[in-house]
Amino acid sequence: MEALTSRAKAVDRKPMTFLERLYLWNILKGMIITFSHIFKKKPTIQYPEVKRPFSPVFRGLHVLNRDEEGRERCTACGLCAVACPAEAITMEAAERLPGEENLYREEKYAAKYEINMLRCIFCGLCEEACPKDAIYLSETFAPANFNRKGFVYGKDNLLIPNPTTQPEATAKAKGLN
Amino acid sequence: MTLLSLNIDWILLIEKLALIAIVVFASLGIALYTTFGERKVAAILQDRPGPNRAGPFGLLQPLADGVKMFTKEDIIPSSASKWLFILGPGLAMTASLMTCAVIPWGGTIELFGRTISLQIADINIGILYIFAVVSLGVYGIMIGGWASNNKFSLMAALRGASQAISYELAMGLSLIAVLMLSGSLSLGDIVKQQQAGWWNIVYQPLGFLIFFICALAECNRTPFDLPEAENELNFGYHQEYSSMKLGFYLFAEYINMIMSSAVMASLYFGGYDIPFVNDAELQTHLGNWVALFQVGTLLIKIVFFIFLFMWIRWTIPRFRYDQLMNLGWKSMIPLALVNMLVTGALVLLKMNNWHF
Repeated sequence: MEALTSRAKAVDRKPMTFLERLYLWNILKGMIITFSHIFKKKPTIQYPEVKRPFSPVFRGLHVLNRDEEGRERCTACGLCAVACPAEAITMEAAERLPGEENLYREEKYAAKYEINMLRCIFCGLCEEACPKDAIYLSETFAPANFNRKGFVYGKDNLLIPNPTTQPEATAKAKGLN
Repeated sequence: MTLLSLNIDWILLIEKLALIAIVVFASLGIALYTTFGERKVAAILQDRPGPNRAGPFGLLQPLADGVKMFTKEDIIPSSASKWLFILGPGLAMTASLMTCAVIPWGGTIELFGRTISLQIADINIGILYIFAVVSLGVYGIMIGGWASNNKFSLMAALRGASQAISYELAMGLSLIAVLMLSGSLSLGDIVKQQQAGWWNIVYQPLGFLIFFICALAECNRTPFDLPEAENELNFGYHQEYSSMKLGFYLFAEYINMIMSSAVMASLYFGGYDIPFVNDAELQTHLGNWVALFQVGTLLIKIVFFIFLFMWIRWTIPRFRYDQLMNLGWKSMIPLALVNMLVTGALVLLKMNNWHF
């Protein structure tokens, strides 16, 4: 029968010779191999200090975006919630009152916006569904928590800091520095 | 008053007590850092950085481990034989520490007009003493395994005992060759002879190899760590142990390693002899410093052997039980016998004025 690969080796069941039964030569060969690993480069990344860069297409935690003037982009249309296959998004809409034009860009805004990070599968369909470019998936992931409530992220967790009043925090949230 | 009238050399007693304290605490400290070294060596051989969080370079890791061990809950199983259960780890620890009494850690130093030998007890049957104490170490495993009242532990204890007995034979036989060369059972004399001439490894390479393999087996180190085989015996004889009792067992293993390295260095690698240097001549120039250098030399040799132990451990898997017994009885003992006969013949020929 023709061998499937060029590296196929017939099983050898010959009784071991005396030298083989002492195992010394084979152990020595193994020890040379392990010794050579002393000089190899260690692939470890010292995690909390050094972080592995994510791929630019990585889909992590959600961010609710603001426009250049620092107004919330979300208009609470609910398309993200409809698009969400895991049904992780809930929101409550409210009407913008006179004098709140500097807070919300559209006439309707999300008074409550919650994403359950335990349900979320980070597919990014909300990002694609959003007509206002209001929701984005960042390059971070949800930190551990002791109770389930901690994984329900509200607006206070999701909303990006205001670029006009807190430019540094915004830049950090965008991962620019 | 009767005690004083016995004419005891009190200064000698104090000197020896100080020496015992130094040696015991030094070996405990070294054993502490051997655990750290083990983890570092394992990590480096596996392309990992190893423990590096506790203190600079992770140097406080052994202390953290110790604190962890001490603060764990100490469980004695209700079905265990209580006193034997406590005795087991204590015996293992005592036996491994007792070996250090006869190892010559260095030459002599002159302090307050006294010549102090850096050997706690230069008894003329030093090697027999070591053998006796090493055999005693098996009792730690045996009693621990038996007292746990657990089938796995009992199996491990049986394995430990049979392994120790089989490998002690080959060890003894390979030692006889050294004893025939030196004509003395005292470790101090054996080291002094090597200081004057060649190291015993030159005359006894095969003997050393056998002794080394048997030392691995006696210390329950991989590839001979069948008594604590975690895949088939659930950590073997120390399965039921927790807290510092477990710590004692693990610690005893490391102290055993240090002591067997020291014995190997003394028997085959000149002990505290500084290589390529005439120690006696150096002593006239440098005085007490030579003893310090000698201790350092012995420590370097010990560290080398410990590294060898670890290197082997992280290279090869454990033997199967039948392989272990085959290797011990069918390979090691015949080889040791041949080595003994050849050495004996050569020693006899040399005594009868043959020149070669």
